[in-house]
Amino acid sequence: MTKHPNRWRRYDVWDERGIAQDRFAALDPEYGFAALRSPYDPAPSLVIEAGRVVLLDGVAEPDFDMIDTFIARHHIDVAVAPEAMATGSAEFARMMVDVNVPRSNLVRLATGMTPAKLAEVAALLNVAELTFAQAKLRARRTPGNQAHVTNAKDDPLQMAADAATAALYGFDELETTVRVARNARTNALALTVGAAVAREGVLVQCSVEEAEELRLGLAGLTSYTETMSVYGTERTFIDGDDTPWSKAFLTAAYTSRGLKARSTSGSGAELLMAFHEKRSTLYLEARCLCVQRAMGVQGTQNGGIDGAPITASIPGGVRAMLAENVLAALLDLECASGNDTRHSASDIRVGAKIAPTLAAGTDLICSGFGSIADYDNSFGASSFNAEEIEDFLALQRDFLADGGLAHVDHDVVVAARRRALDAIAAVLEELGLARVDDAMTASVVHAHGSAETSTFSLGQVAAMNEAMAARGIGLAEVIGALARRGFAIEAERLAAFARQRAAGDYLQTAAVIRDGRVLSAVNDPNDYAGPGTGHVPSPARQAALARMRETWTRERVLDGEARLAEAEARRMRLAPKGIAAKGDDGREVVVALGPGFGTRLHRTTGDVALSEVLRALVEGIEEAGGLARVVRVRHTADTSFIGLTGARLAGSGVGIGVQGKGTCVIHRADLAPHTNLELFPQAPLITARHYRAIGANAARYALGERPEPVRIAPYTGALNARHHVATALLYALEAELVEADALPQDLEVDFHDPRV
Amino acid sequence: MTRAFDPSDYPIGEKRLDLVATPTGRPVSDLTAPAFAEGRVGRADIGITAEGLRRQAEVARAAGRARLADNFERGAELVAVPDDVLIATYELLRPGRARDRAELEAAAAELRRAYGAERIAWLIEDAAEVYERRGLFRRRF
Repeated sequence: MTKHPNRWRRYDVWDERGIAQDRFAALDPEYGFAALRSPYDPAPSLVIEAGRVVLLDGVAEPDFDMIDTFIARHHIDVAVAPEAMATGSAEFARMMVDVNVPRSNLVRLATGMTPAKLAEVAALLNVAELTFAQAKLRARRTPGNQAHVTNAKDDPLQMAADAATAALYGFDELETTVRVARNARTNALALTVGAAVAREGVLVQCSVEEAEELRLGLAGLTSYTETMSVYGTERTFIDGDDTPWSKAFLTAAYTSRGLKARSTSGSGAELLMAFHEKRSTLYLEARCLCVQRAMGVQGTQNGGIDGAPITASIPGGVRAMLAENVLAALLDLECASGNDTRHSASDIRVGAKIAPTLAAGTDLICSGFGSIADYDNSFGASSFNAEEIEDFLALQRDFLADGGLAHVDHDVVVAARRRALDAIAAVLEELGLARVDDAMTASVVHAHGSAETSTFSLGQVAAMNEAMAARGIGLAEVIGALARRGFAIEAERLAAFARQRAAGDYLQTAAVIRDGRVLSAVNDPNDYAGPGTGHVPSPARQAALARMRETWTRERVLDGEARLAEAEARRMRLAPKGIAAKGDDGREVVVALGPGFGTRLHRTTGDVALSEVLRALVEGIEEAGGLARVVRVRHTADTSFIGLTGARLAGSGVGIGVQGKGTCVIHRADLAPHTNLELFPQAPLITARHYRAIGANAARYALGERPEPVRIAPYTGALNARHHVATALLYALEAELVEADALPQDLEVDFHDPRV
Repeated sequence: MTRAFDPSDYPIGEKRLDLVATPTGRPVSDLTAPAFAEGRVGRADIGITAEGLRRQAEVARAAGRARLADNFERGAELVAVPDDVLIATYELLRPGRARDRAELEAAAAELRRAYGAERIAWLIEDAAEVYERRGLFRRRF
């Protein structure tokens, strides 16, 4: 019984859905709940005197806070600014969606724009326009993707196997973090080794405290970082324990150690940290992005990030997050476009949020696709987790849009996981860090997540980390260990990466390494200029995007039917007796079979053997007092015409038409073709019991009764998603047998009870 | 005679590996798996040099990314700075760590003197002035 007797019971239904767990905030700029625009956002303004910014978005230089100061001194290009600020926001917004205005023009003007100007422009674009602008503005032509690879035990064995898995699926960057702070080194080591089993040049990151992250980078165990958080108000920045200058210094420090560096911002952080200054999330993010460009960092991960759930609670919040990504691209920053922290319990909202990003393409579609089990994600569950990889692959396939991933065959994954486990075990043993027994690796190889594994305890892993730190074990030692233990391919892939580190090409904007080659905004610049330009997946890539775990083909359907044919031949024999004539017994019901029934097709889409279908129909007719006659219709495969043909041959004028795939109709001789007595269009739902009842009803109509129509319980799911592929292929097989002028034949039917 | 470096040589690792050296001055082609296995090269040979970063700065500048180029040049200045100095300087730049403007300016002067880190020194001096004006020398813990 409902808890609310006087409430519309649809609310009970809604209460059970994921969306009911989401909370929606009222628009309230006073308290920071404004996404695209707040009445407290400043109007764009800029005054330059003697080459110096003296007024920025309504604030005079003496009153600049540290963010204003950093932007005024290091972001604003005073040579471009007069032209940029004089360009109307609506005009600039239209330029962003004008296919004839090249990216370079927009990027040039953006360097002279204030945060309020950038936010005002971005807020003018609707989702369709943002999608187009993103396609045009992203830095690198080829889109990519980034994975989280973590596990609840900080287990290096599982980490290696999962890293190999993620790299095989196509992730360009793998990001890990720790459950226990001490375990950073083994996590980074395992990520490096596992990724090398799959591909050369996958970038790896271990998100930990800055000093430790610098040391990991110096040891060569990681190759990029993205933990440099930037905030849009001074108080929030200080509570984040940094300033634009400390972050700029840190960026240079990471650069000096050969780490690709990326900042983190994303709307909602200031709101969560209480110092939002009543500004819209988009305006605050525009400030963050100007700071980042001014810091000289090559890119950003933004689009909500940890703040995605709160930004999504505000009207227009998801659109504002897309706008943030577009602003990052406009400022010529690599953009890892969020879609990591899950913003909603509604799968529909999650899928809808990523759709524009996937359609447009960004440098890294997710700034953390959870490639592991959702409970193993040490960052918290992502929008997409290992559970949802096939959903993402299907979205890529639906749009033929390249989100960086592709299906991998089961046995290829398992082989790579096994080799990754062997490789990490060899490294741990060779370096004297741990003994790995076969039971440990066996528990990981087929595991979905850490709940299924039995490997090291957290304490044992911590001991390995202490040894690694004490002995300074890094990339050089790992390469040596792999080579000595016979993992020549992996050792050479990592040696190749050591050479890349010396060259430093992957430090440039939006760089990834594909098959050992650096692709960045420098040598793979986005040249999208309308249909047919930019990143067009090659035929081979399109074929890869089209692959799923299982695809149906005509051959597969034919094979399936051929396997059934033999069993069906033992159960039923249908023999033509000659051309059928009209019957004269008033009790006679004709069962008219489609041309494929029992010839090429042997089972309904509801998985009922056709021998059973026919037996049920005949027995139903007879039990209700009718006489059954079976004919074969050859001139049509359409249910209605098959049924009407049968009805016109029947002495009673009532016939049943049934296709080889099981679709069924009760027809009467005097009705128009597309009317009927009862129609059963959804063959997947029709059981043998239903066919018997259909037969009985047909006989009752024949005898002049008015039976209750046979009722088939409705199905609420995506029935046709499940069956229509087979339905189309099966119907085509039946339709091919149609002979235009062939007359119906009487059939002699013999049933052989397989149980006898 | 090897051709001089030009930004169009990017990716340098593909087109001009002849220009690239390890931090120990070896040709980068020495970094092979067998060399690591036999101990002929080791941890000191992995990394990027200041010269390598300045080349990347040229590439970035030629591609119209002046701010990124500035960062690569600041990074080049920090290649020779030891980890503990890097971490201590970063820590000092965080809010409420330095007591006053002079402490930051002293750190800048030392980096300039010991490592020739001119751009890094500017960055810290810039910070010192702003931190004073915005009251960022207030103790936080």
